[in-house]
Amino acid sequence: MKDLAEAAGQSSGAPPAIELRGISKAFGPVQANKDISLSVARGAIHGIIGENGAGKSTLMSILFGFYKADKGEILINGAQTEIPDSQAAIAAGIGMVFQHFKLVENFTVLENVVLGAEEGALLRTTMSKARAHLTKIAEDYEMNVDPDAKIEEIGVGQQQRVEILKSLYRNAEILILDEPTGVLTPAEADHLFRILRGLRDEGKTIILITHKLREIMEVTDTVSVMRRGEMTATVRTAETSPEALAELMVGRKVLLRVDKKPATPGATVLKVDNLRVVDDDKVERLKGVSFEVRAGEILGIAGVAGNGQSELLEVLGGMMAGTGLVEINGQSIDLTGKRSNGRSRRKRGIAHVPEDRQREGLIMDFTAWENMVFGYQWDPGHNNGWLMDNAGIRAETAGKMERFDVRPPDPHLAAKNFSGGNQQKIVLAREIERNPDLLLVGQPTRGVDIGAIEFIHQRIVDLRDAGKAILLVSVELDEIMGLSDRIAVMFDGRIMGERLPGETSEGELGLLMAGVTNAQEAG
Amino acid sequence: MDFATLIQILDSSLRLATPLLLACLAGLFSERSGIFDIGLEAKMLISAFFSAAFAYTTGSVWLGLLAGILASMVFAGIHGLASITFRGNQLISGVALNFLASGMTVLIAQDWFQQGGRTPSLIGRARFEGIELPFAIGPSDAEAAGRPLSELLAEAGPLQLFYSELVSGHSVLVYVALLAVPASWWVLFRTRFGLRLRAVGENPAAVDTAGISVIGLRYSAMVIVGLLCGLAGAYLATGLQAGFVKDMTAGRGYIALAALIFAKWRPWHALGACLLFGLLQALALRTDVVEALFRFKLPVQFLDSLPYILTVVILAGFVGKAIPPRAGGEPYVKER
Repeated sequence: MKDLAEAAGQSSGAPPAIELRGISKAFGPVQANKDISLSVARGAIHGIIGENGAGKSTLMSILFGFYKADKGEILINGAQTEIPDSQAAIAAGIGMVFQHFKLVENFTVLENVVLGAEEGALLRTTMSKARAHLTKIAEDYEMNVDPDAKIEEIGVGQQQRVEILKSLYRNAEILILDEPTGVLTPAEADHLFRILRGLRDEGKTIILITHKLREIMEVTDTVSVMRRGEMTATVRTAETSPEALAELMVGRKVLLRVDKKPATPGATVLKVDNLRVVDDDKVERLKGVSFEVRAGEILGIAGVAGNGQSELLEVLGGMMAGTGLVEINGQSIDLTGKRSNGRSRRKRGIAHVPEDRQREGLIMDFTAWENMVFGYQWDPGHNNGWLMDNAGIRAETAGKMERFDVRPPDPHLAAKNFSGGNQQKIVLAREIERNPDLLLVGQPTRGVDIGAIEFIHQRIVDLRDAGKAILLVSVELDEIMGLSDRIAVMFDGRIMGERLPGETSEGELGLLMAGVTNAQEAG
Repeated sequence: MDFATLIQILDSSLRLATPLLLACLAGLFSERSGIFDIGLEAKMLISAFFSAAFAYTTGSVWLGLLAGILASMVFAGIHGLASITFRGNQLISGVALNFLASGMTVLIAQDWFQQGGRTPSLIGRARFEGIELPFAIGPSDAEAAGRPLSELLAEAGPLQLFYSELVSGHSVLVYVALLAVPASWWVLFRTRFGLRLRAVGENPAAVDTAGISVIGLRYSAMVIVGLLCGLAGAYLATGLQAGFVKDMTAGRGYIALAALIFAKWRPWHALGACLLFGLLQALALRTDVVEALFRFKLPVQFLDSLPYILTVVILAGFVGKAIPPRAGGEPYVKER
């Protein structure tokens, strides 16, 4: 471990910024961290990668004083440090940017930054000093944020900058970022990485927790891999590869690219023409969208979140009203009437895997078998006259859980007790096993482990190969590129253009996602 | 309606608005910190009883006030214990305290005073008397002149009347309640404590990760609630009226909550909302004026129910979108 800290580019004999020795933490019978040792050199970007539940977040929570380790010690700049609470962590120069931002939505940027670091009992002097200080930090690190803007009015990229500014305002020398790019567009992520490199060059130490291999390869100097609570390896990023890291994470060889044959598209299944949607706030979310999806093909919709993709899925899934023409197998669908709902869509052979599985795909407190019939509870197969055939549903659920490799395969377990990947598998099993003509699927692998991603992608491709039409919406460009047979890019409620995955690049799609149309001529 | 009547009605509005205002500000501090408090009623009632009981036994209204505030704080502490420490359901805790206060006060009152669940009437120093401001016409002038006060006032000019009736002559708690409005605003929006208090009601996780105690902040809010509700209850029993009677709060705790929503959790707006409710209550006491105004007889029951009708209308959301503090009602559990 020592050699590695030196290898990370620290020539001087300075002690590492962070050193963990034999950290262990158990929650009841679950050993979240087992004897973890880690050393991060000052002025390095160190990645920690691992699947959900591997213990990354627990480890960082210990470092930030949320949990107390059962065993082990923490050394900051070579000095042994007790971190019983966040106050102590902040005092030790540690700042943390959480995956879910800890910002007060209706406070201004400035108020959020000073909260907890005020200089006196009255705000006036604190605020004017803080404003000057904040402006200076923001300039130093190219993080322009309007100090008087309210958090709810600025984008997620800016909100994240506020989180970083909060830490810097407290003079953090060590910055921990937990899954920082989950909510960012590719361009915003690039900007974040530029900021992180700038901070590193100023001598700050950065720990980046992620499950995205690409980011690790792009921005880190050294990387540690965690699996099932253990630190399985620490290597220099330059000396490893995504494949090797993935294998270390999962414990077996993983296919990073989707393995699929060329598509053989058949008849048009879904035809959308001039579809428009106005939401409750009278804002036009879809401004005349037209496309087709044919049998046996996957149409991927790329775009930055909030450009109308969600509304597109909701209208097609019957959760929202719209105007325009939507045809399924040549017959038009009622988009506004009372009977325009999820049930009528399912009768027409449309299955829907919603973007937000926890809110729209599942009822978290209900069991797996109950969740497995939602949307299909009227199906005669589930009913004995007046009563639901619960025993039958349970038996069926057990079979589906086995086929979709849901772990644990227990139909009586509540949905909230499954991991994100397994929750998603439950929703997919419910929708795919109905053998729909058209599958609408939104963010199929958001928050899902790398091993489960491989499985989910394979099931979507299998459905395509069975001659079904699939409309895929995802903010993950990798996923769109890997899975789609055709790609349509959405921006501001319109389709900016269609591309074939083999004939385009992330750069070109990125431009389209930002609404730059002259790429059309170039492409 | 002549000017004197108008002044009388406004005067009575102000007196009736005072307990509402104190309770409303109490609710404001509580809800801004993320704790829903449906038990304002309970705290006012318990304070009303203990302040009257102690004022009667000791003969000092100030000792009574102290007892009322302490009783109210104990209740606020119980609510804090249930909803902050034990993360219980805040509505249930509040409702339970309301029932507890309603039953307990009558029971103890009967045991101590044997007057059918009320305290004996308070007189003299056991009650808050009106404060006569300089140059105002008040009872002392009447005594000096040897004529009834009403006669003196009838002779006074409009400005003097306005000053003597509306501005002067209230008990100290009325002025305290009015001063509590700018004070609350200043604390909430100009101090570090206020910033943190508002933050903890919006996103306790942000406060927690900034290294500040969520529990500590919420308990300090409970102390303020106890103080303000204590003042409100004491005013009811020792200022507005002379003694405690069963359920004398008469739903004021709920009206204060409605006013809080109406005011969208802002101190100055709370003043306006409470004055409006006070006016409605004052009108219900002056059916003659209402009759003269509308030229037909409104049933007194209808007038009595007006504040409650307005409450229902407000709660049904007819006053535009009122966004409560986002973390309101949810116990804070540290997440991983």
